[in-house]
Amino acid sequence: MAETTLAPPEVQAETLLDSNELVLNMGPQHPSTHGVLRVILKLDGETVLGTDCVIGYLHRGVEKIAENRTFQQFAPYVDRMDYVAAVSNGLGYCMAVERLLDVEVPPRAQAVRVILTEINRIASHLLWLGTHALDIGAITPVFLCFREREEALKIFENYCGARLTTHAFRIGGLQYETYDTFEKECLDFCDLMGQKLKEYHDLLTGNRIWVRRTKGVGILNAADCKDYGVTGPLIRAAGVEWDLRKAQPYCGYENYDFDIPTAETGDTFDRYMVRMEEMVQSCRIIRQAVDALPEGPIKGKVGKVIKPPPGEAYVSIEAPKGELGYYIVSDGSLNPYRVRVRPPSFVNLGALDKMCRGSLVADVVAIIGTIDIVLGEVDR
Amino acid sequence: MPDTPKSDDKPRPVPRPRPPAAAGADRPVRRPVPKKPAEMPCEPWEGPLPAALQDRFGDSLTRVVLLGGQKLLVADSAVAFEVLSCLKQEHGFDYLVDVTAVHWPDKSEQFEIVWTLYSFSANERVRLKAGLAEGQLAPSVTNLYSSANWLEREVYDMFGIEFKDHPDLRRILMPDEWEGFPLRKEYGIVQQDSDWVRENLKIESAQ
Repeated sequence: MAETTLAPPEVQAETLLDSNELVLNMGPQHPSTHGVLRVILKLDGETVLGTDCVIGYLHRGVEKIAENRTFQQFAPYVDRMDYVAAVSNGLGYCMAVERLLDVEVPPRAQAVRVILTEINRIASHLLWLGTHALDIGAITPVFLCFREREEALKIFENYCGARLTTHAFRIGGLQYETYDTFEKECLDFCDLMGQKLKEYHDLLTGNRIWVRRTKGVGILNAADCKDYGVTGPLIRAAGVEWDLRKAQPYCGYENYDFDIPTAETGDTFDRYMVRMEEMVQSCRIIRQAVDALPEGPIKGKVGKVIKPPPGEAYVSIEAPKGELGYYIVSDGSLNPYRVRVRPPSFVNLGALDKMCRGSLVADVVAIIGTIDIVLGEVDR
Repeated sequence: MPDTPKSDDKPRPVPRPRPPAAAGADRPVRRPVPKKPAEMPCEPWEGPLPAALQDRFGDSLTRVVLLGGQKLLVADSAVAFEVLSCLKQEHGFDYLVDVTAVHWPDKSEQFEIVWTLYSFSANERVRLKAGLAEGQLAPSVTNLYSSANWLEREVYDMFGIEFKDHPDLRRILMPDEWEGFPLRKEYGIVQQDSDWVRENLKIESAQ
């Protein structure tokens, strides 16, 4: 029999109780990771001590593909990154190439671009709202949100034939003229959203469970947002009134009257309120753009062969998820020499660890939902 | 139409045979198309910020220009970290937008690291580039900006550029056991597929 000597009580407590951290694997096949995200959680009981994200399951090498395609051929590929906001991706890419070519886009094309991009912002936010609420346990909103999102997708379908990966824009302007009832359908969609947003607020905003699950969860303050490069609704919810549509207007956004919704604490509830208000503002922009839709050509002076001079440009837009940037280097040939996509989802997800530390396991699901990632864009 | 001397002597596609000159005499005169510059417009960047940087870093800053209207700095890789640190701490560039790289296999400094910075207070964007030879370590800015952590990991993953003092430098998008660095120019897109076919199916790939 081994000799037993009793250690002092405080040491006993250390050795008898299992003070090791528990490592819990979450994903990649997990319904609330919004695709194939794997998060390795280090836990102390229910408290998260740290996280490690494993990403890349959806990596398709978009940037490498770009080097082997011509400028036009690559345009449909960008839709496959953030596939719930394909129109925004296309807008950013077209604007970056137009910048290299130094081409002016006619006003009508710009206005149609704004309308479609804002409808896409609403569609993207609706998908976020539905799935985020579903993650937290509210089943109903996802059905309602998909019902309204359907109306947005119908407009895309009528406009360009595709619902999801739209490839709606072309370098230099647009491929298609709008259809007969386009204006009416856009305005009807805005009216519909005005009513339905009230419905969502009735369901969630005052809901005690919703508030308890989101208030004070996943706080990211303004200083941390800047440090982690977090943009979009996340930084606005932390009180920074920053939106690229206002800060560095593009595509004629300076002509529209709209507000940048902000909040103060930067928790999950604030981000919810900011996104809800953004949908209202998007409707305002759509109405103004439809009312003042100019006549004229829809494509600028772009040749059949796109061959920008050697050089480089970084162009970024306010995508639904944050700053979406394209850094394109041209060597004067038909193919881009290098295309770098600065994805908002990837950079925002980098702050997940910061937001999760010290919170509960159940809140990790809420936090992943509130960052609003699309894995197609994280992994590219 | 008589051949006019061309300003650049690039080989051009053979023109379609034209009707004889006599028939061409009453053809409408071709509208002069403004010739696209062969390079993007590039002008010196002047102002208090570039002046302050040039005073401080002198010849280490090899280019301070507005390239197509965008602010661009090119620095020696030895001072790149100091330039970034100075931009952040003294000039308010508090948001690191992006870190990426470009591979130029024919240059002596094969890699070009590109940092894009933004200042919320000045609403201003600056791009800094630095050349890097194969095997040379890049400075990590993770202690200046937390966002650099993942962005630098991606550059390492795609180009094999190692960052000095990065806390957690491992692959991020590709699997850990992946061989090669996909965004290098010599990395072909079919080679990996052909290798797999040869190894597993014992035939030559049709690609």
